[in-house]
Amino acid sequence: MTTQWDTSRAAGIISKYLPLEGPMLPILHALQEEFGFLSDEAIRLVAQTLNVSRAEVYGVVSFYHDFRQEPPGRHVLKICRAEACQSMGSEANAQKLLETLGLDWGDTTPDGRLTVEPVYCLGLCACAPSAMLDDELHARLDAQGLQALAGEVI
Amino acid sequence: MRIFVPRDSVSVALGSDKLAAAITAEASRRGANVSVVRNGSRGMFWLEPLVEVESDEGRVGFGPMTLADVPALFSGDLKGHPKSVGLVEEIPFFAKQQRLTFARCGVTDPVSLTDYTSHGGFKGLEKARAMTPAAICAEVKDSGLRGRGGAGFPTGIKWETVRNAQAPQKYIVCNADEGDSGTFADRLIIEADPFCLVEGMAIAGLAVGATRGYVYLRSEYPLAISILREAIAIATDAGLLPDFTLEVREGAGAYVCGEETALLDSLEGKRGMVRAKPPIPALRGLFGQPTVINNVLSLAAVPYILAEGGAAYAAYGMGRSRGTMPVQLAGNIKHGGLFEIAFGITLGELINDIGGGTASGRPVRAVQAGGPLGAYFSPAQFDTPYDYEAFTARNGLIGHGGLVVFDDTADMAHMARFAMEFCAHESCGKCTPCRIGSTRGMEVLDKIIARENVAENAALIRDLCDTMKFGSLCALGGFTPYPVMSALTLFPEDFGVTSLPAAAE
Ligand SMILES: Cc1cc2nc3c(=O)[nH]c(=O)nc-3n(C[C@H](O)[C@H](O)[C@H](O)COP(=O)(O)O)c2cc1C
Ligand code: FES
Repeated sequence: MTTQWDTSRAAGIISKYLPLEGPMLPILHALQEEFGFLSDEAIRLVAQTLNVSRAEVYGVVSFYHDFRQEPPGRHVLKICRAEACQSMGSEANAQKLLETLGLDWGDTTPDGRLTVEPVYCLGLCACAPSAMLDDELHARLDAQGLQALAGEVI
Repeated sequence: MRIFVPRDSVSVALGSDKLAAAITAEASRRGANVSVVRNGSRGMFWLEPLVEVESDEGRVGFGPMTLADVPALFSGDLKGHPKSVGLVEEIPFFAKQQRLTFARCGVTDPVSLTDYTSHGGFKGLEKARAMTPAAICAEVKDSGLRGRGGAGFPTGIKWETVRNAQAPQKYIVCNADEGDSGTFADRLIIEADPFCLVEGMAIAGLAVGATRGYVYLRSEYPLAISILREAIAIATDAGLLPDFTLEVREGAGAYVCGEETALLDSLEGKRGMVRAKPPIPALRGLFGQPTVINNVLSLAAVPYILAEGGAAYAAYGMGRSRGTMPVQLAGNIKHGGLFEIAFGITLGELINDIGGGTASGRPVRAVQAGGPLGAYFSPAQFDTPYDYEAFTARNGLIGHGGLVVFDDTADMAHMARFAMEFCAHESCGKCTPCRIGSTRGMEVLDKIIARENVAENAALIRDLCDTMKFGSLCALGGFTPYPVMSALTLFPEDFGVTSLPAAAE
């Protein structure tokens, strides 16, 4: 979910984390949580407040897989692609789903409802394959289960 | 009557929240006097959701439970319940373990201080408070504990270095980035017994004179983050951490941030770039100050060591691998879960006797030990004892204790390619062998998979792996050759390679 950018609300969020040692990541997480992604305005405001260059904030944002610079779909499905899930056939299941949806990894459905992303291990490796839909964890997901899960939100 | 319904990530992913609600509803519908306790998991994940009902003989287990199995819990005939697995502590997978670090996991309510203290919690911290810092470090050294994050460096020696450093501020940093596929021990202890980690970190603080601690916890573990934050708040409010400030920091989805120096950069708010060593973090770590950085399991082993003595811990194990290891059985395995046992058990016992072979029922083809940077083993090597040195001797590593099983449908050339792809995806980019080598490796393996000049390209992969192994700044580029070369050496037929000596039998 994304919310309209609001500079004063963003400034309020940032100020909450300023007393921390090394506040950059907590600030970026909190802004993304609130606004869905890290826009140019967000990056500019963080740079200003922390008194660092925009390039530096941009460098941090682009380094980490979690941070988005584009708004995601209304729901995000993260499918595990790591080894333990692969050993239980996760790749074939994921490919089938992506084909059904006509998407590639990282894409969003044209109606903006669902973004499908890879994740490398959710720590559910004894009950593979696994995935996370928004904040909800799922394990022992066979091909059908995965399709059904995506079906809940599209 | 108390009914236990676990609340760790696995159980929740398999519907335990709904189960708990259904059990509460069914109990009140029947007017039964039941209290539902949300315990942590015992780590027998193939049985999750594993519901436990208290009885005169002990806790009786039912799993894997579904909503449809709930009413029968109240029928009065527990033994006849279709999902009954009998007394939980008599299940061989559980009974065969030597649980020192994970003793409370699944038994207690993870955020109950009363449960924690009544099961031996804070005994170690209490002892530590009455000891000198030097004596605490000596106790940890005597235990023989080696870092459980991967490198296996003696924890007591690391602590001693930080203790001897002079600085206005020292830090304890807990590495809870647990990025290795096939591992979940950090997650489990944090979700099932978070006070154990809190206690271990507080002891570390006393041992080296550090008043601040951080837990760098991966963002892929949202439940662990919230449970640990809750536990820290409870312990702090209860006045149990008078001289120690502890904070959880969330990672941001970068595998390389599990590498200790990249982790420190990330905590400081930078890109997670690997630092050149020296200086070592023990002398110049977080914000340039002396820092103990340890894996969750290393720190969580410490309360037992202080409570029972270093010698008690060292009494377990073999050779220079002392104590116990929470081995994590994952992937295509029948009985997947966490098995804590003294070092020395063989790989074959773990996979076949404890793990029950594959989940698919097909023959085991390969086992990847130690995460994405660990070597593949074949069943012919199942006599390898679980021991740091024995694994090294076979060109492998124990790492963080994960074992991922593959059946005979696995394509090992594809797995080798994945290792390179993962390295390319996660490289911090600071050194060339890792950044460029992994991408080239992927391309060459693609050619091998397409059966182009196989012999030549296999030789090229060997060279490239040598360059990565000896030229990379950290173990991301440095160890990616392990899965690649072990796959090629053990399973040349998957690469279309016939000229290797291993294939010439
Ligand atoms: C690419 C890479 C990833 C790593 N990931 C982790 C990790 O997720 N957790 C961890 O404890 N150690 C990890 N390590 C090892 C750490 O660098 C370091 O050895 C460890 O945190 C030290 O703690 P210990 O002595 O208690 O094991 C990783 C190392 C590398 C090279
Ligand atoms: S490998 Fe998929 S959850 Fe760990």
